[in-house]
Amino acid sequence: MADTEQPELPHEPQSRHVTYCGVCTLPPEYCEYGGTVKKCQDWLQKAHPSMYEKIWSAEALEAATASLSVEAQKRAAKDAQKKAAQAEKAEQKQADRMANSVVTIKRVERNKRKYVTAVSGLEAFGLDLKKVAKEFGKKFATGSSVTKVPSGGEEIVVQGDVSDEIEEFLLEKYKDIPEDNIELVDDKKKKASAG
Amino acid sequence: MFKKDISTAPKSKLKSSVQRALRQSLLTTYPLLNNYIDEILPKKGSLEAMKLPDRCTLYVLDGQPLFFQNDATPSNTLLPHLKLVHRFPDAFPSIRIDRGAIRFVLSGATLMAPGLTSPGGRLPSGVLTAPPAEGEEGAVKEGLDEDERWTRELEKGEPVVVRAEGKTEACAVGFLVAGTKEVKEKGKGPVIEDAHYLGDGLWRLATD
Repeated sequence: MADTEQPELPHEPQSRHVTYCGVCTLPPEYCEYGGTVKKCQDWLQKAHPSMYEKIWSAEALEAATASLSVEAQKRAAKDAQKKAAQAEKAEQKQADRMANSVVTIKRVERNKRKYVTAVSGLEAFGLDLKKVAKEFGKKFATGSSVTKVPSGGEEIVVQGDVSDEIEEFLLEKYKDIPEDNIELVDDKKKKASAG
Repeated sequence: MFKKDISTAPKSKLKSSVQRALRQSLLTTYPLLNNYIDEILPKKGSLEAMKLPDRCTLYVLDGQPLFFQNDATPSNTLLPHLKLVHRFPDAFPSIRIDRGAIRFVLSGATLMAPGLTSPGGRLPSGVLTAPPAEGEEGAVKEGLDEDERWTRELEKGEPVVVRAEGKTEACAVGFLVAGTKEVKEKGKGPVIEDAHYLGDGLWRLATD
Protein backbone atom coordinates (compact mmCIF):
# COMPACT_ATOMS: atom_id res chain seq x y z
CA MET A 1 0.00 0.00 0.00
CA ALA A 2 1.26 3.37 -0.93
CA ASP A 3 0.39 5.20 2.22
CA THR A 4 0.75 2.54 4.80
CA GLU A 5 2.42 4.02 7.79
CA GLN A 6 5.11 1.88 9.22
CA PRO A 7 5.10 1.45 12.96
CA GLU A 8 7.33 4.07 14.47
CA LEU A 9 7.50 2.83 18.02
CA PRO A 10 8.32 -0.82 18.27
CA HIS A 11 6.69 -1.34 21.64
CA GLU A 12 3.38 0.14 20.69
CA PRO A 13 2.31 -0.69 17.18
CA GLN A 14 0.60 2.14 15.37
CA SER A 15 -2.52 1.59 13.42
CA ARG A 16 -2.33 1.64 9.66
CA HIS A 17 -3.94 4.46 7.83
CA VAL A 18 -6.06 3.25 4.96
CA THR A 19 -7.27 5.54 2.23
CA TYR A 20 -10.85 5.09 1.18
CA CYS A 21 -12.35 6.04 -2.14
CA GLY A 22 -14.12 9.37 -1.99
CA VAL A 23 -16.86 8.16 -4.29
CA CYS A 24 -17.86 4.71 -3.15
CA THR A 25 -16.11 4.70 0.29
CA LEU A 26 -14.51 1.30 -0.32
CA PRO A 27 -10.76 0.87 -0.32
CA PRO A 28 -9.75 1.87 -3.86
CA GLU A 29 -8.73 -1.64 -4.82
CA TYR A 30 -12.34 -2.70 -4.37
CA CYS A 31 -13.77 0.14 -6.44
CA GLU A 32 -14.35 -2.21 -9.33
CA TYR A 33 -17.09 -3.88 -7.31
CA GLY A 34 -18.75 -0.69 -6.18
CA GLY A 35 -20.76 -0.01 -9.32
CA THR A 36 -19.40 3.50 -9.87
CA VAL A 37 -16.12 2.40 -11.39
CA LYS A 38 -15.71 5.26 -13.81
CA LYS A 39 -16.24 7.92 -11.20
CA CYS A 40 -14.00 6.16 -8.73
CA GLN A 41 -11.24 6.02 -11.30
CA ASP A 42 -11.51 9.73 -11.97
CA TRP A 43 -11.49 10.50 -8.30
CA LEU A 44 -8.49 8.31 -7.56
CA GLN A 45 -6.54 9.71 -10.47
CA LYS A 46 -7.04 13.17 -9.10
CA ALA A 47 -6.64 12.46 -5.40
CA HIS A 48 -3.99 9.75 -5.34
CA PRO A 49 -2.24 9.49 -8.72
CA SER A 50 0.34 7.00 -7.49
CA MET A 51 -2.31 4.67 -6.19
CA TYR A 52 -4.22 5.01 -9.42
CA GLU A 53 -1.18 3.90 -11.34
CA LYS A 54 -0.84 0.88 -9.15
CA ILE A 55 -4.41 -0.30 -9.33
CA TRP A 56 -5.59 0.64 -12.77
CA SER A 57 -2.44 0.23 -14.85
CA ALA A 58 -2.65 -2.17 -17.77
CA GLU A 59 -0.32 -4.74 -16.25
CA ALA A 60 -2.21 -4.80 -12.99
CA LEU A 61 -5.49 -5.37 -14.76
CA GLU A 62 -4.01 -8.08 -16.88
CA ALA A 63 -2.55 -9.86 -13.92
CA ALA A 64 -5.88 -9.62 -12.20
CA THR A 65 -7.89 -11.20 -14.95
CA ALA A 66 -5.34 -13.79 -15.99
CA SER A 67 -6.21 -16.12 -13.17
CA LEU A 68 -9.84 -16.39 -14.20
CA SER A 69 -11.19 -18.60 -16.91
CA VAL A 70 -12.60 -16.89 -19.98
CA GLU A 71 -16.10 -17.84 -19.06
CA ALA A 72 -15.77 -16.50 -15.55
CA GLN A 73 -14.30 -13.31 -16.92
CA LYS A 74 -17.28 -12.86 -19.18
CA ARG A 75 -19.67 -13.45 -16.36
CA ALA A 76 -17.87 -11.01 -14.11
CA ALA A 77 -17.85 -8.38 -16.82
CA LYS A 78 -21.54 -8.83 -17.40
CA ASP A 79 -22.23 -8.58 -13.74
CA ALA A 80 -20.16 -5.45 -13.41
CA GLN A 81 -21.99 -3.92 -16.34
CA LYS A 82 -25.33 -4.65 -14.78
CA LYS A 83 -24.26 -3.17 -11.51
CA ALA A 84 -22.96 -0.04 -13.17
CA ALA A 85 -26.20 0.38 -15.07
CA GLN A 86 -28.10 -0.01 -11.87
CA ALA A 87 -26.02 2.58 -10.09
CA GLU A 88 -26.43 4.96 -12.98
CA LYS A 89 -30.15 4.51 -12.97
CA ALA A 90 -30.37 5.16 -9.27
CA GLU A 91 -28.33 8.30 -9.69
CA GLN A 92 -30.53 9.49 -12.51
CA LYS A 93 -33.57 8.93 -10.40
CA GLN A 94 -32.08 10.86 -7.55
CA ALA A 95 -31.23 13.75 -9.83
CA ASP A 96 -34.74 13.72 -11.25
CA ARG A 97 -36.25 13.76 -7.85
CA MET A 98 -34.07 16.66 -6.86
CA ALA A 99 -35.04 18.61 -9.94
CA ASN A 100 -38.72 18.04 -9.38
CA SER A 101 -39.08 18.51 -5.67
CA VAL A 102 -39.88 21.86 -4.18
CA VAL A 103 -38.90 23.28 -0.85
CA THR A 104 -41.80 25.16 0.61
CA ILE A 105 -41.21 27.90 3.12
CA LYS A 106 -44.47 28.78 4.73
CA ARG A 107 -45.14 31.70 6.98
CA VAL A 108 -47.89 30.77 9.37
CA GLU A 109 -49.66 33.33 11.51
CA ARG A 110 -49.78 32.00 15.01
CA ASN A 111 -51.21 34.99 16.78
CA LYS A 112 -51.61 38.61 15.78
CA ARG A 113 -48.18 39.77 14.66
CA LYS A 114 -46.61 36.52 15.72
CA TYR A 115 -45.48 34.01 13.14
CA VAL A 116 -43.82 30.67 12.78
CA THR A 117 -42.04 29.55 9.64
CA ALA A 118 -42.60 26.02 8.41
CA VAL A 119 -40.12 24.52 5.97
CA SER A 120 -41.04 21.32 4.17
CA GLY A 121 -39.57 19.34 1.32
CA LEU A 122 -35.95 19.43 2.45
CA GLU A 123 -35.69 15.67 2.83
CA ALA A 124 -35.85 15.25 -0.95
CA PHE A 125 -32.44 16.85 -1.17
CA GLY A 126 -30.93 14.27 1.09
CA LEU A 127 -30.72 16.50 4.12
CA ASP A 128 -31.17 15.33 7.64
CA LEU A 129 -34.09 17.35 8.96
CA LYS A 130 -32.98 17.14 12.53
CA LYS A 131 -29.58 18.55 11.74
CA VAL A 132 -30.94 21.29 9.53
CA ALA A 133 -33.40 22.26 12.24
CA LYS A 134 -30.52 22.64 14.64
CA GLU A 135 -28.71 24.79 12.10
CA PHE A 136 -31.72 27.03 11.74
CA GLY A 137 -32.04 27.38 15.45
CA LYS A 138 -28.42 28.35 15.75
CA LYS A 139 -28.49 30.74 12.84
CA PHE A 140 -31.62 32.61 13.83
CA ALA A 141 -31.31 32.18 17.57
CA THR A 142 -34.85 30.89 17.83
CA GLY A 143 -36.60 27.68 18.63
CA SER A 144 -36.55 25.26 15.73
CA SER A 145 -37.94 21.78 15.66
CA VAL A 146 -38.92 18.91 13.44
CA THR A 147 -42.63 18.18 13.62
CA LYS A 148 -44.83 15.65 11.95
CA VAL A 149 -47.45 16.97 9.59
CA PRO A 150 -50.91 15.35 9.46
CA SER A 151 -50.47 14.33 5.85
CA GLY A 152 -47.49 12.21 6.81
CA GLY A 153 -43.88 13.29 6.55
CA GLU A 154 -42.12 15.91 8.57
CA GLU A 155 -41.36 19.58 8.41
CA ILE A 156 -39.18 22.01 10.26
CA VAL A 157 -40.93 24.68 12.28
CA VAL A 158 -38.90 27.76 13.15
CA GLN A 159 -40.25 30.31 15.56
CA GLY A 160 -40.61 33.81 14.23
CA ASP A 161 -40.99 35.17 10.75
CA VAL A 162 -37.70 34.27 9.11
CA SER A 163 -38.94 33.11 5.72
CA ASP A 164 -36.75 35.42 3.64
CA GLU A 165 -33.70 34.73 5.71
CA ILE A 166 -34.27 31.01 5.48
CA GLU A 167 -34.41 31.19 1.73
CA GLU A 168 -31.12 33.03 1.62
CA PHE A 169 -29.56 30.71 4.15
CA LEU A 170 -30.64 27.61 2.26
CA LEU A 171 -29.29 28.91 -1.02
CA GLU A 172 -25.99 29.79 0.53
CA LYS A 173 -25.45 26.75 2.67
CA TYR A 174 -26.91 23.94 0.61
CA LYS A 175 -25.82 24.49 -2.95
CA ASP A 176 -27.77 21.44 -4.12
CA ILE A 177 -31.04 23.30 -3.95
CA PRO A 178 -31.77 25.37 -7.03
CA GLU A 179 -33.29 28.77 -6.42
CA ASP A 180 -36.29 28.06 -8.58
CA ASN A 181 -37.24 25.15 -6.39
CA ILE A 182 -37.83 27.25 -3.32
CA GLU A 183 -41.31 28.48 -2.83
CA LEU A 184 -42.46 31.08 -0.35
CA VAL A 185 -46.01 30.82 0.88
CA ASP A 186 -47.87 33.14 3.18
CA ASP A 187 -50.46 31.29 5.17
CA LYS A 188 -52.94 33.69 6.75
CA LYS A 189 -54.94 32.40 9.61
CA LYS A 190 -58.46 32.14 8.32
CA LYS A 191 -60.38 32.42 11.53
CA ALA A 192 -58.31 35.18 12.99
CA SER A 193 -61.37 36.81 14.45
CA ALA A 194 -62.04 33.83 16.67
CA GLY A 195 -59.08 34.66 18.88
CA MET B 1 -26.77 -9.05 8.48
CA PHE B 2 -26.53 -5.48 7.28
CA LYS B 3 -27.65 -5.72 3.69
CA LYS B 4 -29.99 -2.82 4.11
CA ASP B 5 -28.90 0.68 4.91
CA ILE B 6 -28.96 1.57 8.57
CA SER B 7 -30.05 4.95 9.75
CA THR B 8 -27.99 6.60 12.43
CA ALA B 9 -29.23 6.11 15.95
CA PRO B 10 -28.34 8.19 18.95
CA LYS B 11 -25.16 7.18 20.69
CA SER B 12 -24.90 6.68 24.40
CA LYS B 13 -21.80 6.86 26.51
CA LEU B 14 -20.72 3.70 28.23
CA LYS B 15 -19.91 3.40 31.87
CA SER B 16 -16.27 2.80 32.54
CA SER B 17 -17.08 -0.52 34.18
CA VAL B 18 -18.82 -1.65 31.02
CA GLN B 19 -15.85 -0.43 29.07
CA ARG B 20 -13.53 -2.50 31.21
CA ALA B 21 -15.69 -5.57 30.77
CA LEU B 22 -15.73 -5.02 27.05
CA ARG B 23 -11.99 -4.72 26.95
CA GLN B 24 -11.67 -7.96 28.85
CA SER B 25 -13.99 -9.87 26.55
CA LEU B 26 -12.17 -8.44 23.56
CA LEU B 27 -8.90 -9.78 24.81
CA THR B 28 -10.34 -13.21 25.44
CA THR B 29 -11.85 -13.40 21.99
CA TYR B 30 -8.89 -11.90 20.20
CA PRO B 31 -5.73 -12.64 22.18
CA LEU B 32 -3.68 -11.20 19.34
CA LEU B 33 -5.06 -7.78 20.16
CA ASN B 34 -2.97 -7.66 23.29
CA ASN B 35 -0.33 -5.49 21.66
CA TYR B 36 -2.80 -3.08 20.23
CA ILE B 37 -5.43 -2.80 22.89
CA ASP B 38 -4.17 0.46 24.33
CA GLU B 39 -4.31 2.03 20.94
CA ILE B 40 -7.76 0.72 20.11
CA LEU B 41 -9.27 1.36 23.48
CA PRO B 42 -7.27 3.99 25.35
CA LYS B 43 -7.96 3.84 29.06
CA LYS B 44 -9.18 7.39 29.07
CA GLY B 45 -11.24 7.29 25.90
CA SER B 46 -14.98 7.50 26.21
CA LEU B 47 -16.52 4.68 24.33
CA GLU B 48 -19.99 5.07 22.92
CA ALA B 49 -22.55 2.48 21.99
CA MET B 50 -25.02 2.73 19.17
CA LYS B 51 -28.09 0.56 18.97
CA LEU B 52 -28.65 -0.89 15.54
CA PRO B 53 -31.63 -2.80 14.20
CA ASP B 54 -31.89 -6.55 14.87
CA ARG B 55 -30.54 -6.13 18.36
CA CYS B 56 -27.06 -5.24 17.30
CA THR B 57 -24.81 -2.87 19.15
CA LEU B 58 -21.98 -0.94 17.59
CA TYR B 59 -19.18 0.44 19.72
CA VAL B 60 -17.77 3.73 18.58
CA LEU B 61 -14.76 5.65 19.84
CA ASP B 62 -14.35 9.27 18.76
CA GLY B 63 -16.50 8.69 15.74
CA GLN B 64 -14.48 5.64 14.73
CA PRO B 65 -16.44 2.41 14.64
CA LEU B 66 -14.60 -0.35 16.47
CA PHE B 67 -16.69 -3.39 17.21
CA PHE B 68 -20.21 -4.60 16.90
CA GLN B 69 -22.08 -7.45 18.45
CA ASN B 70 -25.36 -9.15 17.85
CA ASP B 71 -27.23 -9.67 21.08
CA ALA B 72 -29.64 -12.04 19.40
CA THR B 73 -27.06 -14.77 18.96
CA PRO B 74 -26.39 -16.86 22.04
CA SER B 75 -22.62 -16.58 21.86
CA ASN B 76 -22.82 -12.80 21.64
CA THR B 77 -19.25 -12.51 20.46
CA LEU B 78 -17.78 -9.22 19.40
CA LEU B 79 -16.86 -8.77 15.78
CA PRO B 80 -14.48 -6.07 14.59
CA HIS B 81 -15.75 -3.43 12.20
CA LEU B 82 -13.93 -3.65 8.88
CA LYS B 83 -12.39 -0.23 9.35
CA LEU B 84 -10.72 -1.57 12.46
CA VAL B 85 -9.57 -4.65 10.60
CA HIS B 86 -7.98 -2.40 8.04
CA ARG B 87 -6.13 -0.59 10.76
CA PHE B 88 -4.89 -3.73 12.47
CA PRO B 89 -4.86 -6.46 9.87
CA ASP B 90 -2.55 -8.77 11.81
CA ALA B 91 -4.67 -8.96 14.89
CA PHE B 92 -7.44 -11.17 13.58
CA PRO B 93 -7.40 -14.69 12.20
CA SER B 94 -8.13 -14.64 8.52
CA ILE B 95 -8.83 -16.74 5.48
CA ARG B 96 -8.55 -15.75 1.86
CA ILE B 97 -11.00 -16.18 -0.97
CA ASP B 98 -10.18 -16.38 -4.65
CA ARG B 99 -10.84 -13.57 -7.04
CA GLY B 100 -13.98 -15.07 -8.48
CA ALA B 101 -15.72 -15.09 -5.13
CA ILE B 102 -15.13 -11.43 -4.29
CA ARG B 103 -18.08 -10.02 -6.14
CA PHE B 104 -20.45 -12.46 -4.49
CA VAL B 105 -19.17 -11.73 -1.04
CA LEU B 106 -19.39 -8.01 -1.68
CA SER B 107 -23.03 -8.36 -2.58
CA GLY B 108 -23.74 -10.15 0.66
CA ALA B 109 -23.87 -13.78 -0.39
CA THR B 110 -23.01 -16.61 1.95
CA LEU B 111 -19.38 -17.53 1.52
CA MET B 112 -19.14 -21.04 0.09
CA ALA B 113 -16.29 -23.50 0.42
CA PRO B 114 -15.15 -23.60 -3.25
CA GLY B 115 -14.12 -19.95 -2.99
CA LEU B 116 -11.60 -21.05 -0.36
CA THR B 117 -10.44 -24.42 -1.63
CA SER B 118 -9.57 -23.23 -5.14
CA PRO B 119 -5.96 -22.26 -5.98
CA GLY B 120 -6.64 -18.60 -5.23
CA GLY B 121 -8.13 -19.28 -1.82
CA ARG B 122 -6.19 -19.77 1.41
CA LEU B 123 -7.35 -21.89 4.26
CA PRO B 124 -5.33 -22.26 7.45
CA SER B 125 -2.37 -24.59 7.13
CA GLY B 126 -2.90 -26.15 10.51
CA VAL B 127 0.79 -26.04 11.28
CA LEU B 128 0.79 -24.36 14.64
CA THR B 129 4.51 -24.77 15.12
CA ALA B 130 5.31 -21.94 12.82
CA PRO B 131 9.00 -21.37 12.27
CA PRO B 132 10.07 -18.79 14.83
CA ALA B 133 10.41 -15.55 12.98
CA GLU B 134 13.85 -14.12 13.33
CA GLY B 135 14.19 -11.07 15.50
CA GLU B 136 11.08 -11.88 17.43
CA GLU B 137 10.61 -13.86 20.59
CA GLY B 138 8.57 -17.01 20.48
CA ALA B 139 5.53 -15.15 21.68
CA VAL B 140 3.90 -15.04 18.29
CA LYS B 141 2.31 -18.39 17.82
CA GLU B 142 -0.24 -17.80 15.16
CA GLY B 143 -0.21 -15.51 12.22
CA LEU B 144 0.18 -15.59 8.51
CA ASP B 145 2.89 -17.76 7.05
CA GLU B 146 4.74 -16.93 3.86
CA ASP B 147 1.96 -18.47 1.79
CA GLU B 148 -0.54 -16.14 3.47
CA ARG B 149 -2.11 -19.01 5.32
CA TRP B 150 -3.17 -18.63 8.92
CA THR B 151 -1.17 -21.08 10.99
CA ARG B 152 -3.95 -22.33 13.24
CA GLU B 153 -6.97 -24.33 12.18
CA LEU B 154 -10.09 -22.38 13.04
CA GLU B 155 -13.08 -23.88 14.77
CA LYS B 156 -16.72 -23.64 13.92
CA GLY B 157 -18.26 -20.46 15.32
CA GLU B 158 -14.99 -18.57 15.47
CA PRO B 159 -14.91 -15.03 14.17
CA VAL B 160 -12.77 -14.69 11.09
CA VAL B 161 -11.65 -11.99 8.70
CA VAL B 162 -11.97 -12.64 4.98
CA ARG B 163 -9.25 -11.33 2.73
CA ALA B 164 -9.26 -11.55 -1.04
CA GLU B 165 -6.83 -12.76 -3.66
CA GLY B 166 -4.77 -9.92 -5.07
CA LYS B 167 -6.05 -7.38 -2.55
CA THR B 168 -4.34 -5.91 0.46
CA GLU B 169 -7.38 -5.06 2.51
CA ALA B 170 -9.89 -7.39 4.04
CA CYS B 171 -13.30 -7.55 2.43
CA ALA B 172 -15.55 -9.20 5.01
CA VAL B 173 -15.76 -10.45 8.55
CA GLY B 174 -18.06 -13.03 10.06
CA PHE B 175 -18.46 -16.25 11.99
CA LEU B 176 -17.51 -19.61 10.58
CA VAL B 177 -20.42 -21.99 10.27
CA ALA B 178 -18.01 -24.79 9.53
CA GLY B 179 -14.56 -25.42 10.94
CA THR B 180 -11.74 -24.89 8.49
CA LYS B 181 -10.73 -28.51 8.73
CA GLU B 182 -14.19 -29.59 7.76
CA VAL B 183 -14.20 -27.17 4.85
CA LYS B 184 -11.02 -28.70 3.55
CA GLU B 185 -12.41 -32.22 3.81
CA LYS B 186 -15.80 -31.52 2.32
CA GLY B 187 -14.95 -28.82 -0.17
CA LYS B 188 -18.49 -27.58 -0.44
CA GLY B 189 -21.26 -25.98 1.53
CA PRO B 190 -21.51 -22.65 3.32
CA VAL B 191 -18.56 -21.38 5.35
CA ILE B 192 -19.60 -17.93 6.53
CA GLU B 193 -23.13 -16.70 6.71
CA ASP B 194 -24.38 -13.21 7.40
CA ALA B 195 -21.07 -11.46 7.25
CA HIS B 196 -20.27 -7.80 7.54
CA TYR B 197 -18.75 -6.89 4.17
CA LEU B 198 -17.39 -3.84 2.39
CA GLY B 199 -20.14 -1.51 1.25
CA ASP B 200 -22.95 -2.93 3.37
CA GLY B 201 -25.23 -0.95 5.61
CA LEU B 202 -22.89 -1.07 8.56
CA TRP B 203 -19.96 0.04 6.43
CA ARG B 204 -21.85 3.03 5.11
CA LEU B 205 -23.30 3.97 8.48
CA ALA B 206 -22.15 7.41 9.50
CA THR B 207 -20.80 7.23 13.01
CA ASP B 208 -19.81 10.77 13.80
